[in-house]
Formats: sequence, structure tokens, C-alpha cells
Amino acid sequence: MAFPTIVPCKKGMARETTIHEGNGIMKITAGLLHFQLLNEQVRETTDAEVVIDNCIGQRYIGSGLGNKHITINGVPGNALGAYLNGATIEVNGNAQDATGDTMNDGRIIIHGSSGDATGYAMRGGRIYVQGNAGYRAGIHMKAYKEKLPVLIIGGKAGSFLGEYQAGGLIVVLGLRQTRDKDYCSFCGTGMHGGKIFLRTDTPPEGLPKQVTVREATVEDLNEIAPYIDEFCAAFGESKEEIIKEKFLVLVPDTKNPYKQLYTHN
Amino acid sequence: MQTIPREGEVRIPSGCAISGIFSKSGKRLSGEGVIKSIATMHDRSNGLGGGFAGYGIYPQHKDLYAFHIFYENKAAKQTCEEYLAKRFEIADCGEIPVKKMLIIKNEPLIWRYFMLPLPKKLEHSLVDEKEFVAQVVTEINTKIQGAFVFSSGKNMGVFKAVGFPEDVGEYYRLEEYSGYCWTAHGRYPTNTPGWWGGAHPFALLDYSIVHNGEISSYDANRRCIEMFGYKCTLLTDTEAITYIIDYLVRKVGLTLEEVASVIAAPFWKEIDRLPEEEKARLTYLRNAFAGMLITGPFSILLGFEGGMMALNDRLKLRSMVVGEKDDMVYIASEECAIRVIEPNVDRIWAPKGGQPVIVTLNGGVR
Repeated sequence: MAFPTIVPCKKGMARETTIHEGNGIMKITAGLLHFQLLNEQVRETTDAEVVIDNCIGQRYIGSGLGNKHITINGVPGNALGAYLNGATIEVNGNAQDATGDTMNDGRIIIHGSSGDATGYAMRGGRIYVQGNAGYRAGIHMKAYKEKLPVLIIGGKAGSFLGEYQAGGLIVVLGLRQTRDKDYCSFCGTGMHGGKIFLRTDTPPEGLPKQVTVREATVEDLNEIAPYIDEFCAAFGESKEEIIKEKFLVLVPDTKNPYKQLYTHN
Repeated sequence: MQTIPREGEVRIPSGCAISGIFSKSGKRLSGEGVIKSIATMHDRSNGLGGGFAGYGIYPQHKDLYAFHIFYENKAAKQTCEEYLAKRFEIADCGEIPVKKMLIIKNEPLIWRYFMLPLPKKLEHSLVDEKEFVAQVVTEINTKIQGAFVFSSGKNMGVFKAVGFPEDVGEYYRLEEYSGYCWTAHGRYPTNTPGWWGGAHPFALLDYSIVHNGEISSYDANRRCIEMFGYKCTLLTDTEAITYIIDYLVRKVGLTLEEVASVIAAPFWKEIDRLPEEEKARLTYLRNAFAGMLITGPFSILLGFEGGMMALNDRLKLRSMVVGEKDDMVYIASEECAIRVIEPNVDRIWAPKGGQPVIVTLNGGVR
């Protein structure tokens, strides 16, 4: 059974958006639909599968959701999957800023690049970015007991990677990158927990004093192996290609902890 | 207009949206595209300000200064017009056509003048034409109560009001104008109440600025730029940026890349890592114009005759994305604001903090 629904819209926005329901799949053509109306539909449907076509910047998609599979074609807006609680979100396109803000569980898979503050304060679940991530990826990530957030970036990461990181795993693969001198400036600023894996043999310049860098051990690599598998499955990458290169691991030095609050005065 | 509080009288603790469209071949586009773009980011503004700058929009008067002026009352208009008539030959003037809308309230009188300085007056002023015009703008805005010049360049114009940007665009009937460059702003005032003059873009001569962010160095910047004859009358940070850029480009003669190295200077730690020559150049710029270093989060779009520059603060605390398609360049706070008008961009990327993106006309204005 499929039926079109007319959704009230804000001025200047699309006048009607068709929503087809049936076979456990809800399809929405988002267009210029306001995010609030779009998110209400996504939240209220009993369908386990949601497909959003022509997404144009709607914020907070999938926020707080568990056990749903959301496919987004287009560009989702800021704070995609904020507080995500178990759902899987797959984006065919680029994501904007603050993807997975404070997410608790679930997966966000981006077949493209993501903007600034990807994985902002995430405390569980996995984010896989096929392309690059903007500035401050993994800022304020944290871990607690069984909660271990994981962020894997296929391409390169912007400056301030893992800023104030308190837990969890950040992996930057640098696939298909021409060497970029500015790769990860200010990496690990204020980091005091967790691990950053960089698939490279050169550590980033100007690492903060409290961050130590070493070559990844077998145990380190075993720790990320299941996630690399999942990353490869999502994007059709080759695990052999990925792990044949050297990985560096950045960890905070517990004997010399970060004591500053934000900026040096 | 006088019933709403002015900048500085109220503090509203509370982001903004910017968008720019540029045709490198000088193709002239109506204002509709940029309205559609900025409307996509509706929720980044709160209805307390919207505005646009269009370049190449007055080809019939391209050699004349186009003044756009807000008047709070008829007396202000009379005083200002008497002042202008003594200094300029006014070729054409009239009310700026608007579409009356319930949602746009507290309208001032909005007038437009196409003019050139009187040759005798200009000669006696002992300054060049642009400086003469800039001084007139400062004088009107500081001395004539109730008159505010918000656009003063050639073959360009600023259109702004209190409202959401898509409403402001409709109000000014921007679909009737066409230009090779458009910038737009949706305002979410963070410290100040929002009034017509305080909406973006801020403009002086052909420089216009739209800005998303909040400058923590405002007072240091203001004190510095006021030493060079500028008057920050609006108590908003964006005004200071406009004057700093006018000063560095028009008066000092820096290139736009150098301007970027002054206002979004690299950290000393980064400068130390550079080759000697580059280190010396950046050290000079940081020292010589120390008071013009802008700190705090910002992303700005600077419009000028024949070009547009985008710049982020050095820590990149605000988002900005650049899209390219054939001869078109799109720059916006969010990718969706580009995709909504050009779904099939050739390239889309985010510039680094402090890295200016400068686009200019290749084939002149058509």
C-alpha cells in the first residue's frame, strides 16, 4: 500500500513531499522539507527501513534512534545521527558538520566526506567515512566500561584531530592521498585518553608534549582489526592493502598529563 | 525605526549563514539563485537580519557611485540631500523599489542616488575620488542623525533589512536585478538586537562583507582602525572588518593574500617552521599590523569590484565550503546551500583555516 501525504511546509520550501509506505520501507523525497517535519516522519514510522531521497541539508536526521536503517541520498544537514542509539545511517553523499554528535551506539557510514567536528563527543558506536573529514574530527570522544566509540577516516583528517580526546579509537587511513604537509596540524591537542592510529611512517608536526607517538604493535592492530573489516565491507576496500602499511599510534602520556584548560595564557 | 533598541543597548545571548555565487566569465545572474541558496540555511538565522550584495547590477550607471541610504524620517532625508547636493552631481535618484510585506516591519525610507563628486569639490578636498567618497560616507553616518549610507560603490549595491534573508530578497525584488557576483547573509545576532543598519553586508565603496562568527578582538581592532580615521559607529564586529580591509587594500596597498596573512595570521609556532624568506614576510606582516589580527571564530565573504574572497579564522571555528562548476564558484556555510542550486558540482572542498579563496573575473564583466 502506497499513499502520498501532503506535508505542510514553511514559506519558500517545497509545497508537497510524497511519502510512500509499504513492505517495511518508508521512502521520503526530502527536497526542501523542513527538518522538523522530516524527522517526525522518520521517528514515527513503524517501518524498519527508511530511504531519504534528495536530502538537502536537513539537520538532526536519525537523532536518538535505535534499530532502524536509514539510507540518505544527498547531503544531510548538521548533527546527523546526534545521540544515535543503535540505528544504522548510510549516506550516499557528503555529510556536513558535527556528524554523530554525542552518539551512544549504532553506525554512521558515509560514502563521501564529512565536515568539521565529525564524531563530536561520541561515546559509543562507529562512524566510517570513506573520504576526508574536516577539522576537529573526534573532538571530545570518550569511552566508559563497554562503551568504546570508533571513528575511521578513509582519506585525510583536518587539523585538531582528536582534540581533547578522552577515550575511544580514531583511525586515519590516508587512502589515495598525495602527501600533504599540513596533514593533521595540532593533532591531539589536549588529548588525555583513547588512541589515534595514523597509517603513515611520519608523525604529524608539532605534537603536544603530553602525546607520545610509537609504531603500532600487533596488539594495537588487533584492537582495530574488526573495525577495519567493517570499514572494508562498507566501502569495498581491501584489508590487505590497508594493513600492509605502517601505522603510528598516538596515546597520551599518563605520567605527563594535560593540565591546561583550553589555551595557554 | 527608532522604537527598536540600537546595537550596544541590549545584549541578546544566543550562528549566521553566508553564501556567495560568482561567475568568472562575468555572466549576469538574477538574485533568485542566491536567495534560494541562503534560504536552505534558514535555521542558521533568527529573523533579525538578512541582506545581499550584488556586483555588476547597475550597468546603465556603472561609472557612478551608487549610494543606498536609510532615512528614519523626512527631515533626515532633507538634511542629507542638501549635504549631498553640495558635493555631488546627482545623475539619477529615487526610492529603491520594494515589495510591501507584512513580515518586514519598521521600514525606514530607502533611497538610491547615482552620482559623481563635483569636480571643484573633489579638487579642493586634496584627496583622491575614493577617499572623498569614503569621507562623505563616514560624515553622513556619524553626523546626520537618522541617515545611514549602507552602500556606496560603483556598479554594485547592498540590500538589507531586519527579517529572514529569503524575505529580505523578496522585499527588495532581487529577481529584477542581475549581476556576476552575489553574496548573502542570514543573521543570528549574538550580542546585539539587530536593526536595519546592523544587518549584513557591511559596505564601504565597493567592498562588502558578510560574516558568520564573533570577533573576540573587536575592541583591539576598533581602537587600531579608529587611529586611521575610521569611526566604528555600529558597535558590531563586522563593521570593523570592513574598515580593516578597506584600509589594508585601498590605503596600504596590500594584496588580498597579504590581508589574509594579517587578519588570519598563522601562529608564531607555525611561522617558525617556515623557510627563511616566508618567515620574514609573515613576521613583518604580523608585527606591522598587529592590531588588525582578528581572533575568534569567523568565516567571511568579501565582495569587491571584479572579485570575491572567502576566509576562515586560523583555527577554523566556522564551517565554509567551496563548490566549482564550469565558470561558476559557490561558497557557503553549508554544502546543501550549494547543492540546492547546483547539484552537479565538478569539485567541492573546504578551505583550511586562514587560507583565502580568491575568485576574479577572467573575461571582464559581460
